Amino acid sequence: MIHFVLLISRQGKVRLTKWYSPYSQKERSKVIRELSGTILSRGPKLCNFVEWRGFKVVYKRYASLYFCMCINQEDNELEVLEIIHHYVEILDRYFGSVCELDLIFNFHKAYYILDEVLIAGELQESSKKTVARLVATQDSLVEAAKEEANSISNIIAQATK
Amino acid sequence: MNPFSSGTRLRDMIRAIRACKTAAEERAVVRKECALIRAAVSDNDNGYRHRNLAKLMFIHMLGYPTHFGQMECLKLIAAPGFPEKRIGYLGLMLLLDERQEVLMLVTNSLKQDLNHANQYIVGLALCALGNICSAEMARDLAPEVERLLHFRDPNIRKKAALCSIRIVKKVPDLAENFVNPVVSLLKEKHHGVLLTGIQLCTELCNLSEEALEYFRKKCTEGLVKVLKDVVNSSYAPEYDISGIADPFLHIRLLRLLRVLGHGDADASDSMNDILAQVATKTESNKNAGNAILYECVETIMSIEDVSGLRVLAINILGRFLSNRDNNIRYVALNMLMKAVSIDDQAVQRHRATILECVKDSDASIRKRALELVYLLMNETNVKALAKELIDYLQVSDQDFKGDLTAKICSIVEKLSPDKIWYIDQMLKVLSEAGNHVKDEVWHALIVVITNASNLHGYTVRSLYKAIQKSADQATLVRVAVWCIGEYGDMLINNIGMLDLEDPITVTENDAVDVVELAIKLHTSDLTTRAMCLIALLKLSSRFPSCSQRIKNIVTQSKGSLLLELQQRSIEFDSIIEKHQNIRSALVERMPVLDEATFSGRKTGSILAPAVSTINSASGVAISAAAPLVDFIDIGADEPAAASPTSSGGNFLQDLLDVGTTPIPSQSGKTEAQKSGTDVLLDLLSIGPSPPQNSSSAPDLLSLSQDNKTSVSPLDSLSLATVPAVQASSTAMMDLLDGFGPSPPPTNNGPAYPPIVAFESSSLRLTFNFSKQPGSPQETHIEADFTNKSSDVYTNFIFQAAVPKFLQLHLEPASSNTLPGNANGAITQKLRVTNSQHGKKSIVMRIRISYKLNNKDVLEEGQISNFPRDL
Repeated sequence: MIHFVLLISRQGKVRLTKWYSPYSQKERSKVIRELSGTILSRGPKLCNFVEWRGFKVVYKRYASLYFCMCINQEDNELEVLEIIHHYVEILDRYFGSVCELDLIFNFHKAYYILDEVLIAGELQESSKKTVARLVATQDSLVEAAKEEANSISNIIAQATK
Repeated sequence: MNPFSSGTRLRDMIRAIRACKTAAEERAVVRKECALIRAAVSDNDNGYRHRNLAKLMFIHMLGYPTHFGQMECLKLIAAPGFPEKRIGYLGLMLLLDERQEVLMLVTNSLKQDLNHANQYIVGLALCALGNICSAEMARDLAPEVERLLHFRDPNIRKKAALCSIRIVKKVPDLAENFVNPVVSLLKEKHHGVLLTGIQLCTELCNLSEEALEYFRKKCTEGLVKVLKDVVNSSYAPEYDISGIADPFLHIRLLRLLRVLGHGDADASDSMNDILAQVATKTESNKNAGNAILYECVETIMSIEDVSGLRVLAINILGRFLSNRDNNIRYVALNMLMKAVSIDDQAVQRHRATILECVKDSDASIRKRALELVYLLMNETNVKALAKELIDYLQVSDQDFKGDLTAKICSIVEKLSPDKIWYIDQMLKVLSEAGNHVKDEVWHALIVVITNASNLHGYTVRSLYKAIQKSADQATLVRVAVWCIGEYGDMLINNIGMLDLEDPITVTENDAVDVVELAIKLHTSDLTTRAMCLIALLKLSSRFPSCSQRIKNIVTQSKGSLLLELQQRSIEFDSIIEKHQNIRSALVERMPVLDEATFSGRKTGSILAPAVSTINSASGVAISAAAPLVDFIDIGADEPAAASPTSSGGNFLQDLLDVGTTPIPSQSGKTEAQKSGTDVLLDLLSIGPSPPQNSSSAPDLLSLSQDNKTSVSPLDSLSLATVPAVQASSTAMMDLLDGFGPSPPPTNNGPAYPPIVAFESSSLRLTFNFSKQPGSPQETHIEADFTNKSSDVYTNFIFQAAVPKFLQLHLEPASSNTLPGNANGAITQKLRVTNSQHGKKSIVMRIRISYKLNNKDVLEEGQISNFPRDL
């Protein structure tokens, strides 16, 4: 099981956090501080796993962003690397060669996509296409609702002119 | 509409925050935004609620408090439209966690949304429930989720399956409800549903033995077939990862098969072929393939013995181990740890490679490899492996040395073939990484040294040589100083030479030099210096010619700011100067320390062994010093006399602590007290040597109770010797001619006699007190309840109340049932902090309730007979 997902920039700024196990706000910031300290200081050629408080943190760096997932001792680290890559590819497809700025300004989108990939710390979907389709459908639902709201307010505006 | 909130869009806020040059600027921007959002919240502004929540989420990610936004999430979730719900649920998952009470308020909305006509809204609700639901919500909403496992759209089914995992984790009782739906999920073709169904199935198997049996019978065949199909499936672009169709599904199937096959030969047998196929056919040049192989190896290791497969698995690990990719090597080491218990020989073959990994530049790999080497050690290879590790100790990273040292010490201790080897290796470790060695380790070393009587000379000479090279390793210095104090004469005279040794010439002055250097070294701490003082006292008798020099060194500590050192040096100085006739008897060599006692203690607290080793180390000499201490206390001013006990960390006091830790070698003193005249001389072992038979703690305790009044004011160290002091105070005064006759000291100390705090016809409550050095205000009380009647008390509850100047902390009781006829007791620990320590003494009101033959009984009372100065 994945206990939490963190996206940390090379400067140590948090770009996304998702907690599947209960951590209080105080613990959360402590965890982030500790982990960004250990992970950011590791050299490029070292392995992608860090042992931490009896758990393992699997991380992978993409450009300026570190994607980290915390798992149990007995979980498959190599697979988690694959899950990270899976998520990154979906982000890439969604944003069109994703960069850190996309994730900053559209952080909620990154969360929506993550929610289609993981639930309760377990993998939900192994097909990138399906995830992309589901997110797109929901986005279009939002767009449709917005347009509707706009057209209604236009009608009201015209009627009250 | 609120005029404030119309201000910035989300994008603009993020931009403004990013433009901040300093943290202070950022805080200002965030504060302003938060103020606006709060205003909007209190105005109940509908129009911009979702934008405000999005802003709050961003602010939350930056680490600012956003609790005021929690209710906004609930309002958005309760809104009818999809966009509001979408952002509302996102906020809910981000800003709240399962432990917040607010979450309960959302249960109703979730229930409605789980039944919503729009499947995407159902999906949102499932996702939120799966990520943050609490046990109560799980109970309330489980029926809805169960129903959704049969929903027409597969995307809802898969979400419901994962949501069920969370539910059964929170409420394991619900597991059986999900067993049947899972069987149908496992037959699905949709990968998402299959994937999540398998995970749910694995979880159920872990939770319930019944479910495991059921699935093992019903589904093993089917799952093996599914795995076969996936392995042999043709290229499917949707699921393909580096040439493998859906590695995630592979891995999850293998994991479930592992659970099903574990402990069941038939099930293991049925998956034999496909496991062999996966292990041999999977491409290992990409990460995805390796992930599958890794999972497959773990499955092969866990299922029932199919020896051909095990060889295959170990070979894969061997290949992994020689891989150049660090990740692969890491997982190989990880898996080999599990393989050790199955096939030790096969893993031993890779010992050389593993040993190389201990020296890797990557901390994670080093740590794994070290643990593995530790497991691989046995009597036959310990010498070679320990040598490698100790050699590596010289060049390893500073932050790795701690781990490495601990492991080496533990191995050497556990597997040493003989004492000389053990002592040699420990000396090497102490010289290389003495600062990382834990107290228990060097205490154990001293115990072993005292027991190896033929090696005393060899040890002290090796230590002398070692300390010339590495005087900066604290623990090496301690052990060396201790040994030089004990066996200094052997060092000088080359006594007990072994064949392999070269004789060395050390003069008496050289030996004293070592101790002098150690006591003067600025890095030496109180413990080391205290040990040095004792060593000096011993040497003063062993080397009469250096006596004057030693006296000078001891004198220098008279001005030490550390009161303990100051006090001891004054005492030792007086012994060296005035009491030459008894000095040699005082500083006789230590009796052999009992290894069994020591190892028994080691499992207890960490402090205890320290006390026991040292205290027995200083043995006879110190028992004489103890009364001295008390008398010197009297001579000094009252506050000064009180301070050594309250100053805390008084190592020397622990060091001199004779009474509280009765060990066989000290029993003589207890005997001596009873014998009456010339008691002190007995103590100083000038008279006939006291019998060395054992006397136990009860002896001491009963003694102290008899003498309650005189014991309590005294230091713990004089517990046993108090009567002696009184009985022979004239002798004492002769001995300490400098100090006039005085009444017994009245300073407080860390030991107090136990009291009977409460006694009724049916119940007795005794309190035992102890204090932690360093916190005189805090008293630890151990309450023992004894049942005086013949009936059993159940639902036993003890409550206590204290006045305001006290703080009371009650720890859970050892039991809530108290058997009759004083046949067993309940103990409960209390911690009382006295803020008026020294001014007011502790009082306590208690209430004890229990059930006697199903009738409630209540007893109350007040305890005011606490020792005065707690």
